[in-house]
Amino acid sequence: MRHHFILRIVAKLLIPLILLFGLYVQFHGDFGPGGGFQAGVIFGAGFILYALVFGVEKAGNVARLTIVRVMVAAGLLLYGSVGVVSLLLGGNYLDYSVLADDPVHGQHLGIFLIEVGVGITVAAVMITIFFTFASRGRS
Amino acid sequence: MEHLIVIVLLSFLAITAVAVVMLHDLFAVVMLFGIYSLLTAAIFLVLDAVDVAFTEAAVGAGISTVLMLATLALTARKEKTSLRFAPIPLLVVTITGAALVYGTLDMPRYGDPTAAIHQHVAPDYLQRGPRETGIPNVVTSVLASYRGYDTLGEVTVIFTAGVGVMMLLGSSRRGTKRTRGKR
Amino acid sequence: MAWLGLYNYWIVIFLMMAGFYVVIVRGNVVKKIVGLNLFQTAVFILYISMSKVQGGTAPIVEPEFVVYSNPLPHVLILTAIVVAVATTALALALTVRIKESYGTVEEDEIHRLDKSF
Repeated sequence: MRHHFILRIVAKLLIPLILLFGLYVQFHGDFGPGGGFQAGVIFGAGFILYALVFGVEKAGNVARLTIVRVMVAAGLLLYGSVGVVSLLLGGNYLDYSVLADDPVHGQHLGIFLIEVGVGITVAAVMITIFFTFASRGRS
Repeated sequence: MEHLIVIVLLSFLAITAVAVVMLHDLFAVVMLFGIYSLLTAAIFLVLDAVDVAFTEAAVGAGISTVLMLATLALTARKEKTSLRFAPIPLLVVTITGAALVYGTLDMPRYGDPTAAIHQHVAPDYLQRGPRETGIPNVVTSVLASYRGYDTLGEVTVIFTAGVGVMMLLGSSRRGTKRTRGKR
Repeated sequence: MAWLGLYNYWIVIFLMMAGFYVVIVRGNVVKKIVGLNLFQTAVFILYISMSKVQGGTAPIVEPEFVVYSNPLPHVLILTAIVVAVATTALALALTVRIKESYGTVEEDEIHRLDKSF
């Protein structure tokens, strides 16, 4: 890894921008193109780029495998539990209108939460899959 | 003009597909598949599917290609091949294709606003979506709210695939997997 | 020019058949997965072609636009794309395991090895 100076410097510049763009896509998905799926993939791609340029071991220090694995389940759990909460508040499963006093506000909140859930799961799955493939080659 | 762009992009796509079929160097095949995905994303953009174009560009041209390259690094770079002409599969493919082309003759023409697909729930979503959810992007409101169950299912599929990959390639050591291999 | 309205569908069918041909003729497993992906992407284009409305715009509601393309196929395909990559990853993981236990990813060689076991 002594060489590839240009690659490393460009990657260092790009990765924060990629992650920032992923967050933008996540939270601006209500008003423009974007949403949890795309944001998750972009966020995952940032980590994958880091792993490609700096090696899987270093990337493993940034995104700890156990934390990523917990996130794989956490996103799906968040999604499911939004449904359970709306069930407990007297609505149907995944009916967000009951989440707040105003139905429109409740819908907005529900959509925001499940998009976050989708984003977390997709990003974590993409990172895990790539790391699993890449670390298979080394062992 | 828009129509012309679509036609040109679709023709590029067809050429790329032929190249994918013909080539034997798997590295080139995977790179061509990345180009194919990028062209598809461009077509989606022209066809007004901005969200889908976004996803296809990130997933198809990005992650899929990287994963396939990772697989090539673990398996073989070249396809061991016998360049034989296969008449029966070609016949099967041609007949299936001809049947499907015959089926398209009844389909609504491209961009026809009176097609059946545009009459049922879609106008309803377009009218109710922004009013009921306060979200101008109808794709997001349908995805997350009106079809929340679908999306829950899809996320479960992704979760399951992630778990499956972890179980297949995750923590097994060299010793356990060498027991079966004879070579 | 009426046939031009079906051009999209015909190209889609051509791409599907290209993918189908790769799946049934080629013996290399990685190539088969690429073929399946060709087929899959063709289905995506089929759906999105149907969703287009002449003169419409992307389904993000703004007061100055009246005609929008149909958002429903977009939703279906959006999720399908991400599921496609997840299943592709699973298929590729299986390929890696096949390579590790058989030493090859060519279908005929795998069959030959299976008989000798």
